Amino acid sequence: MAVETAEAPASASAREAPKAPGSLRDRPFTAWLFLAPYLALFVVFVLGPILLGLWISLHSWDFNLPRKPFVGINNYKDLLDPGSVSFGPFWNGMQATGIFTAASVPFLLAVPLGIALIMNEKFPGRNALRAIYFAPYVLGVAVIGVLWRFLLDANIGLVNFLAGLVSLPDDTAWLSSLPAAWVSLVWVTVWWTLGFNAVIFLAGLQDIPREQYEAARVDGAGAWQSFRNVTLPGLKPVTMFVTMITIIASANMFGQSYIMTNGAPGQETRTAIFYIAEQGLQTFEMGTAAAASWILTLTLMILSVAVFFIFRDKDEARA
Amino acid sequence: MKALRVSLLAVLTLLFVSPVLFMFLTSFKTRQEAGRTPPTLFPEKPTTQAYDQILNAPDTPMLQWFANSLFAASLHSLLVVATSALAAYALARMDFRGKKPVFALIVATLFVPPVILIIPNYEIVARLYWLDTLIAIIVPTAANAFGVFFLRQFFLQLPRELEESAFLDGANRWQTFWRVVLPLSRPALVTLALLAFLTNWNDFLWPVYVLFSPENQTLQAGLSTLQAANSVRYDLLMAGAVIASVPVLILFVIAQRYVIEGVSRSGLKG
Repeated sequence: MAVETAEAPASASAREAPKAPGSLRDRPFTAWLFLAPYLALFVVFVLGPILLGLWISLHSWDFNLPRKPFVGINNYKDLLDPGSVSFGPFWNGMQATGIFTAASVPFLLAVPLGIALIMNEKFPGRNALRAIYFAPYVLGVAVIGVLWRFLLDANIGLVNFLAGLVSLPDDTAWLSSLPAAWVSLVWVTVWWTLGFNAVIFLAGLQDIPREQYEAARVDGAGAWQSFRNVTLPGLKPVTMFVTMITIIASANMFGQSYIMTNGAPGQETRTAIFYIAEQGLQTFEMGTAAAASWILTLTLMILSVAVFFIFRDKDEARA
Repeated sequence: MKALRVSLLAVLTLLFVSPVLFMFLTSFKTRQEAGRTPPTLFPEKPTTQAYDQILNAPDTPMLQWFANSLFAASLHSLLVVATSALAAYALARMDFRGKKPVFALIVATLFVPPVILIIPNYEIVARLYWLDTLIAIIVPTAANAFGVFFLRQFFLQLPRELEESAFLDGANRWQTFWRVVLPLSRPALVTLALLAFLTNWNDFLWPVYVLFSPENQTLQAGLSTLQAANSVRYDLLMAGAVIASVPVLILFVIAQRYVIEGVSRSGLKG
């Protein structure tokens, strides 16, 4: 295939002198024809829904009732008013999301970075190991959730059994007590998605030019100094990207708590997205749920902007 | 230093391999043995009881779920690759008014948390009469901003001369795209197809709420039904988990190079 296409330019230029690149001009609608299928999906299922969600959030929108009266910003007011019925469950969910995000993101950055550093040198079996660490990610949240619920079972789980063997407490209720439930959820999430972040970090490490390390060594830098002065700055764009997608992913954590703890103990591990899904798609109070998802989204966007500026500021300070 | 690395990697590998291994082993145990303390490592009398039972239970039709997931993920993957390749080519190679805003808009949605789409998309899918059908799993998530971004980057790297000479030979845009650009882009297309397949196969929240009938579930959503029905029957649950894992693991072993390439490139110039 490559050979065929490679021959084409030779024969073409032999026949006539190549025209200016301007000769590739299209009729104006050609580009739009190419874009049309994608844009149709994009408008109906991404752009439109973002606006529709805003519209729904301004109504008392029960999915099953024909009348969906306009209520202005009342749904938002209710979610922010300690006296309303939606306040408690929503902020309980936001708190759970906050705890989980704050507890998981540092591990989801530090552990994959550490693994990427270990893997950033050539040794036999490296690609196989990289694939093994990535493998849980392809199994999907339902499989890993069911598997770890079994392993973390308080009575017959392997984790408590192994803890007992080394004389640790062997009756921890990993999925129904605090803080054990958070430890479990964070651990499983790190186990599940660590390979994903590690692969991105590893690619970032391999993009740092070798000469920079050599220059650092010539300047007498030790391992730690070259890590601080070459590796970390070189990884910055990648780290910013990973931080952003990891925060968004952690703040959208659902399957792990749906399968492993089902919100237990009490409603403690019931995250904001869990609340939104149940409120909107089970109780069908879509107005409240849509307003809640806007509040969550705006919070996340502010956080992303903050991350962006934190990374940028450091950049300027160094320069 | 080397010894430290080897031992770290050994511990890590054990942590990753042993849970999955234990899942396989448990799925071949009897009900009693799977729930016993202290647990056994290898099944005393290996049996396929658990598989026989879940594959024949009418309320948890795992083979049907398997077929549903395979069908949905394949079609979804095809739709993602087709629509994003066409769009990415226009954005990479054609000049037209509105190109920059269109691309900026698509890229901006890369950072929009998916939670914002759940409620309105449910309403839209309901109006289209897609609730409780696999179309609801295949289509709405197919407007994949990553796909456009990823393929556009790839197309931009292709040497322009090949396309120009195809033009001089009288090919139009479509023919150039189909006969020159796509064949040269096979690795990128395969990577995107695999990533889209895996994402769809593993999608969880959306199918849990959009599919109702037992026979319409995907494997991941169905697995949570299986758990709800058999909450401490770990022999059955592990067999179900194995059935849901084996196809993706096989796919991953065959194609891991492409999958990991795709993921690792997502961070660059992100």
